[in-house]
Amino acid sequence: MLTVLVDGIASGMLLFVLAVGLSVTLGLMNFVNLAHGAFGMAGGYVCVVLLNRHGLPFPLCLLAAAVFAAVLGLVLERLLYRRLYGRDHLDQVLFSIGLVFIAGAAVDWLMGARQQLITLPAWLSGRVELGFVGIGVYRLFLIALCGIIVLALHLGLVRTRFGSRLRAAVDDAVVARGLGIPVERLFAVTFALGSGLAGLGGALGVEVLGLDPTFPLKYMVYFLIVVAVGGANTVLGPFLAALLLGVVDVAGKYYVPQLGAFAIYTAMVVLLILRPQGLLAKAAAR
Amino acid sequence: MRLALEAGFWLLALASYWLLPDQLPLLSQIAIGALFVLSLDLLVGYAGVLTLGHAAFFGLGAYAAGILAQQGWGEPLSGLLLAAVLSALLGLLTAPLVLRGGDLPALMVTLGLSLMLGEAANKLPGLTGGADGLLGVEIWPIFGLFRFDLYGHTAFFYSLAVLFLLFLLARLITAAPFGLALRGIRGNARRMPALGTPVRARLVAVYALAAAYAGVAGALLAQTTQFVSLDVLSFQRSAEGLLMLVLGGLGALYGAMIGAAAFTFAHHVLSEMSPLFWQFWIGLALVALALAGRGGLLGLGAAALRRWRA
Repeated sequence: MLTVLVDGIASGMLLFVLAVGLSVTLGLMNFVNLAHGAFGMAGGYVCVVLLNRHGLPFPLCLLAAAVFAAVLGLVLERLLYRRLYGRDHLDQVLFSIGLVFIAGAAVDWLMGARQQLITLPAWLSGRVELGFVGIGVYRLFLIALCGIIVLALHLGLVRTRFGSRLRAAVDDAVVARGLGIPVERLFAVTFALGSGLAGLGGALGVEVLGLDPTFPLKYMVYFLIVVAVGGANTVLGPFLAALLLGVVDVAGKYYVPQLGAFAIYTAMVVLLILRPQGLLAKAAAR
Repeated sequence: MRLALEAGFWLLALASYWLLPDQLPLLSQIAIGALFVLSLDLLVGYAGVLTLGHAAFFGLGAYAAGILAQQGWGEPLSGLLLAAVLSALLGLLTAPLVLRGGDLPALMVTLGLSLMLGEAANKLPGLTGGADGLLGVEIWPIFGLFRFDLYGHTAFFYSLAVLFLLFLLARLITAAPFGLALRGIRGNARRMPALGTPVRARLVAVYALAAAYAGVAGALLAQTTQFVSLDVLSFQRSAEGLLMLVLGGLGALYGAMIGAAAFTFAHHVLSEMSPLFWQFWIGLALVALALAGRGGLLGLGAAALRRWRA
């Protein structure tokens, strides 16, 4: 029971780190980016290659994964995404699905279609006995690391100048621009940050979520749920949504495996019907 | 001029039977794909409702027709009818959930519903055959006269005839005030009530109509291949439908069909080289089309025609 709960929380936190960038893309630029998972996949493969082929220490691989994904995000944003802001949602959907297909084919060609496995360093493997249940060390590590990231993001969004500008831009981009806030640049930086976090999440998730060329498609729904259910403009909304999703998903797979992913999709549709503006959204929002 | 072009289009479609006699199953697939894209065009191109889960209706139609035949009633036309009715019902049921305003909720809900249906089909092997697919589908001869043969002669004419009839219907509908109202809604949904158009009722109606079309397309696939597999409900199918639509040209019935034909041919040629290759090219095509804007092949053709005349 406790093991399931901890596993659920760990995977929920992972989902949050993977998806939080998307909430900014959707909330700030109103851009339907279905390719967000591709950045997670890129980070995952960078980590796998560095760890397995070059034997770099795990923390360094994580860092490299995040940096690689962030740079990739920045380049793609400046080169391609930028041209589609303000265009029809259909164009954005097609564009990002296209990116997912390209990324999947490219990775398949480079790395093969099989699941990637990594060997965790000794200090992260094994279990600790807490009372009468055993909990994987890696799960605890995930919870701690992602917890720090959540806290940092929350403080960054609430306390810093960058954060208040970002919130202003999400609330009303037109007025924010009128006040002299450089929305474009703000967005480019945030996009890179979000991509980098996705890359980190992808690298952390190799052990938990798995990694193969279908990763972006397989988890696209999960990311969208986190964002749509959590709402933009806060860190806590998507965070709660991700935790809920992780626990429901793991518990569902553990207790009623015959339902499969059905439970998650149902939960998403029901939540979207009940709270179309997000879990924590104020009722009177527009 | 326009009528001659249209007649030429359909004559070419018919003539493909003699032009490509070895590729009849491919040609039937093109007709079925064209019907599916026609259905998407009514919804996305004319009414401007976004969907990422149109395969739900295609799959429902395919399973409805397939299971009906498997259970011992293999009459093809009633199978099509059942598929159309069931899909339209599902459309009516889900329309209130999808049409709540906003593109993002529509995208998410359609995606979620189609994934739910796909997962349900996967988890109910007693009904659908699960991952093994639905086996034992036996279709009786059409009108008791034309048997479905191994080489796809009957299947070709059957698919093309259904496509042609439903195309005529779609042409009537889009030229009627109903179709004009849909275009008006896509242009500006807020101002349409001022013209006396009940926006919501029109959108629900077109959603159900598009669902029925997609259901018939799915049923055609089930009947002509006498097999239904889980991929009739896959996300890939919804995404490819959108690609075919945009490839051909949005909001034009011929665009939908040309897109389907071009796409299916390209798929056939490229995926024979390598399936990976294919996925890469389809992705690249999507990105390029999205960046270049709407029009599609039909738009390119029209532009070329204008330049030639000028």
